[in-house]
Amino acid sequence: MRLGRRGFLRMAGVTAGTGLLAATRAQAKVPQATEEDTLPGVLVDTTRCVGCRACEAACAETNQLPAPPEGDEVMKTRRDMSQTAFTVVNRADAPGGGDRFGKKQCLHCLAPACASACPVRALDKQPTGPVTYDASKCMGCRYCMVACPFDVPKYEYEALAPRVRKCTFCAERQAEGLPPACVDACPSGALTFGKRHVLLEEAKRRIYSEPERFVHRVYGEREAGGTSFMYISDVPFEALALPAGVPEKPYPSLVAGALGAPPLVMTLWPPLLMGLYAFSKRRDEVAAGEQGHDQEDHHG
Amino acid sequence: MASAHAGALGQPSFFREKILLGMSLPEYLRSLITPFNLVAAAILAVGVPSLIYRFAAGLGASTNLSQAYPWGLWIGFDMMTGVVLAAGGFTIGASVQLLGLKQFHAIERPAILTAFIGYIMAVVGLLADLGRPWNIVMALVNAGAASALFEIAWCVMCYTTVLLLEFTVPFFEWLGWRRLHAVLKKALLGLTVLSVMFSTMHQSALGSLFLLAPTKLHPLWYTPFIFIFFFISAILAGISMVIVESALSHKVFARRMEGQPHVDVAAITVGLGKAGAIVAFAYFFLKLQGVIDGHAWGYLLTGYGALFLVETVGLVLVPSLLFAWGARHGKVGHIRVAATLTLVGIVLNRLNVSIFAFNWQHPVRYVPSWMELAVSLTLVTVGVLAFRWICNRMPILFEDPAFSHDE
Ligand code: SF4
Ligand code: SF4
Repeated sequence: MRLGRRGFLRMAGVTAGTGLLAATRAQAKVPQATEEDTLPGVLVDTTRCVGCRACEAACAETNQLPAPPEGDEVMKTRRDMSQTAFTVVNRADAPGGGDRFGKKQCLHCLAPACASACPVRALDKQPTGPVTYDASKCMGCRYCMVACPFDVPKYEYEALAPRVRKCTFCAERQAEGLPPACVDACPSGALTFGKRHVLLEEAKRRIYSEPERFVHRVYGEREAGGTSFMYISDVPFEALALPAGVPEKPYPSLVAGALGAPPLVMTLWPPLLMGLYAFSKRRDEVAAGEQGHDQEDHHG
Repeated sequence: MASAHAGALGQPSFFREKILLGMSLPEYLRSLITPFNLVAAAILAVGVPSLIYRFAAGLGASTNLSQAYPWGLWIGFDMMTGVVLAAGGFTIGASVQLLGLKQFHAIERPAILTAFIGYIMAVVGLLADLGRPWNIVMALVNAGAASALFEIAWCVMCYTTVLLLEFTVPFFEWLGWRRLHAVLKKALLGLTVLSVMFSTMHQSALGSLFLLAPTKLHPLWYTPFIFIFFFISAILAGISMVIVESALSHKVFARRMEGQPHVDVAAITVGLGKAGAIVAFAYFFLKLQGVIDGHAWGYLLTGYGALFLVETVGLVLVPSLLFAWGARHGKVGHIRVAATLTLVGIVLNRLNVSIFAFNWQHPVRYVPSWMELAVSLTLVTVGVLAFRWICNRMPILFEDPAFSHDE
């Protein structure tokens, strides 16, 4: 068959159009760290945590999960969140003897890896701050679990219609103007709920007022592009089960380059390939025209 | 099926000729009892119930997936490897249709058929792996456009459709539907452009998936350019797959090829060997560049380093030299060995990225359950059986002579 010059140009034009469309769309949908100043956050001051695990109990109650184990035995081993426990408190040795405790849950990243990974937007960053999950959209690919640098999303492997489970930042309570249940339940003032930028200043104030005590870093200020839950501590953060070495780049930007390729492919490939085709066609015609020459010569 | 009765009465029937290869039903059934088929039946006897059990009892009961290892054999092998081994479809299609490399014409149809079957098997594996497979339609309405997986979902879907359309050309020849056949044959060029486009995108996007795991994928494998690595290795896999496949099918189906125009497999293999040498060497060089960029030299002396060296030196560099040697001296055997090694290397690469070197710092390793293994084996077996069934009936290894003047 032959594709005339007109048809060729039309084909190139149409594909270029779709390519550009896809490009703008991809850009529009990349979750951005927008208006992070006004977003809500929680400051976890691990030096004030007494390890009572009231937050675990309150979380379980609010999310209709089984009550957390009683007694201090559980603090002997490091625990991870699970499909039935959205937050857990871990213990570490304090400098000078005694204990330090650190609560762990979804950090509600400003530009969440999980939401950018999700192909169906079942996990989504709400403009109000929380990263929420909608099981009715989820297809269960578990890419969110692969992507989250804090190993937060957990899966109901035993269920026939399994869900991804994780802390919701009590999005519903927040919508009613209430703080998250864990913050409400905390008796020791280890958890503070408020605007993220205010909390960040408060965190730094606490560090600067006791510089020889605190680790000079707010965990969550920059991790994965910044998170809503932020931590200060006088023991290394890793001791409290917060992963070290999480890159500071917002995670969606890690894939942005590669995702910029498809529009380019859609735009450039068809004309390029058709060009190649026209070239090889022409070559054959020339080869056929030349007498006494074997066509194979031209195929290398 | 009504015509089966006519066949039994001794008249030529579609069913008897086209499905039973001209035998009567008892004859045909008896011809099925071969050692190969017995092994295949044994695999299916374990795998099919495992697959059913997966849907009846859930992922937790049938797999060893865990909170730390959300992806196992079904993604790492069925999906990642299945798709890359099917890359022969677009590589050869492009060579023949677009680059005008007519000497590869004879292997275009088997390559496309392999790709088509490969993708269907990969999709079945994926459906088994998805926790909520019925929601797969959500990928069409809820665009998670920032997700590499969204791109893969779309491209795999589109590409499988393109492969289906490409496959209808021999299929309609088989049925003798001339009008439709002519239409589709005219569309082949356009379809090939689409197949290259979709393949470029999703073969590389399979690598992009891991861009989001900088702290989880071992530094020897994590690179910001992993998507380019995946694309180049897909082309390499396509070339190698076609070499191995053309060798096998021309042996296995030798009897069926009798009386057909002669296809010079040796010449084709040498041509492919040249391409293989170049692409394999480029790929090796890229892998090296990845180590340099990632400052990952230190890891080469660890156990993971050994695994990496086996993959890149043993199964990319060595084959690239073998390819070159074979192509230069016209040694078809060398090229076939090189192609086989390369395929093992690429399979190992996909498994390394998605399973062995993933979550490498985690204390507990993932080992697939026997049911996961059985299902994966079953998918491969069904693929081979389908390929053979179709090759034995439809004009795959050659064009139907009755149609060759329709161009
Ligand atoms: S911590 Fe993990 S699950 Fe929570 S928002 Fe961030 S990426 Fe998502
Ligand atoms: S498992 Fe569900 S929520 Fe997680 S990425 Fe896949 S579709 Fe999204």
